[in-house]
Amino acid sequence: MNNQGRPTTPAAIAANGNAPETMSGSKALNQVEKLIFEVGTPQNTGVDLPAPKGGASRLGAHARQGEIGLPGLSEPETMRHYVRLSQQNYAIDLGVYPLGSCTMKHNPRLNEKIARMPGFADVHPLQPVQTKQGALEVMYDLSHWLMTLCNMPAVALTPKAGAHGELCGMMAIRARLDADGETHRRRVLVPESAHGTNPATAVQCGFNVDEIPANDKGRVDMTALRAKLAEKSDDIAGIMLTNPNTCGLFENDIIEIADLIHQAGGYFYCDGANFNALVGRVRPGDLGVDAMHINLHKTFSTPHGGGGPGSGPTVLSDALKDYAPVPYVVKSDNGFDLVEHVEGEAAASFGRMCAFHGNMGMYTRALSYMMSHGSDGLKQATEDAVLNANYVQASLSDVMTTAFDGTCMHEALFDDRFLKDTGVETLDFAKAMIDEGYHPMTMYFPLVVHGAMLIEPTESESKQELDRFIRSMRHLAAKAKAGESEMFKAAPIHAPLRRLDETRAARKPVLRWTPPEDLLDAAE
Amino acid sequence: MRYLPLSDQNRSEMLAKIGVSHIDDLFQDVPESARLNGLIDLPNHQSEAAVERYFANLSAKSTAAGSGPFFCGAGAYRHHIPASVDHLIQRSEFLTAYTPYQPEISQGTLQTLFEFQTQVALLTGMDVANASMYDGSTACAEAVVMAKRVTRKKKAILAPGLHPHYAAATQTLASTLDIDINERGCRPGRDDNVIDHIDDDTACVVVQSPNVFGEIIDLAPIAEKAHAHKALLIAVFTEPVALAAITPPGHQGADIVVGEGQGLGVGLNFGGPHVGLFACRQKLVRQMPGRVCGETVDANGDRGFVLTLSTREQHIRREKATSNICTNSGLCCLAFTIHMTLLGDAGIQHMAALNHENACDLADRLSAIDGVELVNDTFFNEFTLKLNRPAVQVVDALVDKGVIGGVPLSRLTGGDDDGLLLVCATETNLPEDIAAYEAALKEVLS
Repeated sequence: MNNQGRPTTPAAIAANGNAPETMSGSKALNQVEKLIFEVGTPQNTGVDLPAPKGGASRLGAHARQGEIGLPGLSEPETMRHYVRLSQQNYAIDLGVYPLGSCTMKHNPRLNEKIARMPGFADVHPLQPVQTKQGALEVMYDLSHWLMTLCNMPAVALTPKAGAHGELCGMMAIRARLDADGETHRRRVLVPESAHGTNPATAVQCGFNVDEIPANDKGRVDMTALRAKLAEKSDDIAGIMLTNPNTCGLFENDIIEIADLIHQAGGYFYCDGANFNALVGRVRPGDLGVDAMHINLHKTFSTPHGGGGPGSGPTVLSDALKDYAPVPYVVKSDNGFDLVEHVEGEAAASFGRMCAFHGNMGMYTRALSYMMSHGSDGLKQATEDAVLNANYVQASLSDVMTTAFDGTCMHEALFDDRFLKDTGVETLDFAKAMIDEGYHPMTMYFPLVVHGAMLIEPTESESKQELDRFIRSMRHLAAKAKAGESEMFKAAPIHAPLRRLDETRAARKPVLRWTPPEDLLDAAE
Repeated sequence: MRYLPLSDQNRSEMLAKIGVSHIDDLFQDVPESARLNGLIDLPNHQSEAAVERYFANLSAKSTAAGSGPFFCGAGAYRHHIPASVDHLIQRSEFLTAYTPYQPEISQGTLQTLFEFQTQVALLTGMDVANASMYDGSTACAEAVVMAKRVTRKKKAILAPGLHPHYAAATQTLASTLDIDINERGCRPGRDDNVIDHIDDDTACVVVQSPNVFGEIIDLAPIAEKAHAHKALLIAVFTEPVALAAITPPGHQGADIVVGEGQGLGVGLNFGGPHVGLFACRQKLVRQMPGRVCGETVDANGDRGFVLTLSTREQHIRREKATSNICTNSGLCCLAFTIHMTLLGDAGIQHMAALNHENACDLADRLSAIDGVELVNDTFFNEFTLKLNRPAVQVVDALVDKGVIGGVPLSRLTGGDDDGLLLVCATETNLPEDIAAYEAALKEVLS
């Protein structure tokens, strides 16, 4: 999730006094690297191809004329370019990446190896079905694991990310309502602590959003919910609820919420972004859930890759399963097959969500992760994730302010009361963590907490690593309270760049490279 | 368990610090009726070797495209990907990073996104591009929704040559948004007719070129008519390499260009992950869905990059966002941009020429066989054959002869099989592959 808040502009800061300037601009391992457009030329290339034989063109009158303007680089130049750039990135493999709600856990390399096996990576989605049985079997097996872990009777694999899974679940709800002639049910309840994708998804499915408040324990305010439903419920399509919620807390009234929504004639969409707190210990199907997406790129370790690709399989209840999107895999005596069109057994399907069968590359990785852990390991991973978060919370609660009392699930939520009157804000605190060698936690989200700091360590962190992280956090909290706000305002000073001017980027967007004026002039 | 660092001793020490005696105490908020006793009925943990063997056996049950003569396209294309691409995208710093929310420690991802956006803009002939979508079909659907926002009109015309899966994905997204989809049956040779359907109520007309049959479409007259009625032309492509060979849609008046980038850098992957490309005119940029990277400076005045225009997005605008998209296709767009960097102008035009040559050679040989007719007037690297019997039968018979011969149109439409077969050749096809196809098809049809 992005939790960054609106664009910020750094205060004017004198030139970095900590490090002497160098002729090259590079600083030891931190190499300056220009854009490819500034180093490559359209004549250079890093590939060798056989010479074209030359022959009649069948392009008609549409052959492309002139240069495209794409610079090329030889292979060694290409390697340098991307390796230098890579070294300006923080990564899970480098250190603690405690982004709340993002589940930045270790990405096992076995999964990478398996995803690249030719029978999965080098198979075309439209090959004849008899030539892709192994790939379909992976999808079938993955479905079995996901349905079993969730105690749900169906799963739609095709959604390509969490938000796409939300769309899948809400489309299924809408299709069911429409099939029942309940086309007047268009109101969706969404807690104010919800991920931004929830209301955006509801609107994208043609629903209206009605916010429900949180109580002082960080959960759904049941009094408000009951009142809302008592006032009017014949237009209720359903509720979108994250569990554990974005405050890192289990919604302990969740079964009652599900019952209330069902009694009102609506459906329960559960945002599964935080499923990592539940796998092997709680099954969403036992909570009254009708639809829930699962972020394979969070809970089941497929790499985040700097922003995707993700994968958002969506489990569906008996009430919704006939409305699942095509295509999906079925097993028969002759092996596996795909149901690809809205007809026959799929006649109630709400349709197709993407060109092919979703993100196969994530299915292989996620199934490899699940089989490696097994039923016992998945439960242990869940317990360790919850244990790690509570350990961080317990180790920081005397110097930072926890947003809510009691233990948490897989993420610990702090607010900014401990920074009151220090002149340091959540953003500054986060930037100072960068100098300590950490990726900041999720900040300013959820919106129900002032200056929120949401820390999700995941089960991948050792106690040693957590103890080191905790020492840094305690050190920073002490510094803030000691009045060293200037240090925070200047941070980060050890990163490849100082704070970026986001306001400027948004005001006059420069979204692509263009040749400098002098080059343009010369070309004329 | 090899992925879990905590020891039992760690666990007890940590529980003590928290002040609880047992891990179950941390799950006390779970209603009693939903608490599980014992393990879920699934196999227990396995070694790396055991898991690897399981998957190796399954992998062997599919026919890899690279293992023989292979001629499928229709939205996913097999090209040679230089070895350095896969090496670079597996660097930890790219592979295991999140979306670049903290720009000071994410310049690697951000600069590559900026370069990616520029490459996409150049290839499509457009002003700007975003930082990718899930795939070409979802990019197409989002473009139609965007056209409604821009024009405040709700009629969308889908050309008959639009990939049926793209049309279906668009129909799904549009179905709940009060957009009228004006879709024509997917048949060859009818794309020009869309001009007759454009009127003042039209928000957008969606035309694929090369279209699903491989035919190259003259977009300029369609753009002209659309603009006369204050409608947008959304140009679609499924094969990025084609844009190196043909006049890009941006030079023909397209307002939004969307397509699939998988052909460059990203393998077939059985349909995903792929990478959706999305480009538009500068004046439409604030209505664009998805993440966008922009240039700025840091506090020292040094050039840097950030995610920008986020006030369009769901995490700020919530129910008023331009789209619910959050995660995109980051690592695939990295693969795309590295492959493009290795190719450069010279390399991609060369690669495109080889694709076209192979396709011309294949089309000539196959259409000379009795019972085979070439449907296309023009094409780049894929074309449509009309066979004198159902295409599914022919494709199945070809499989028995070791040739994967293409995609029957009926596979895409769900309609009757009238012998239309979509065939694709790329630079990865060797002369002996083409000869094998020719010989096998002759036998099958004889």
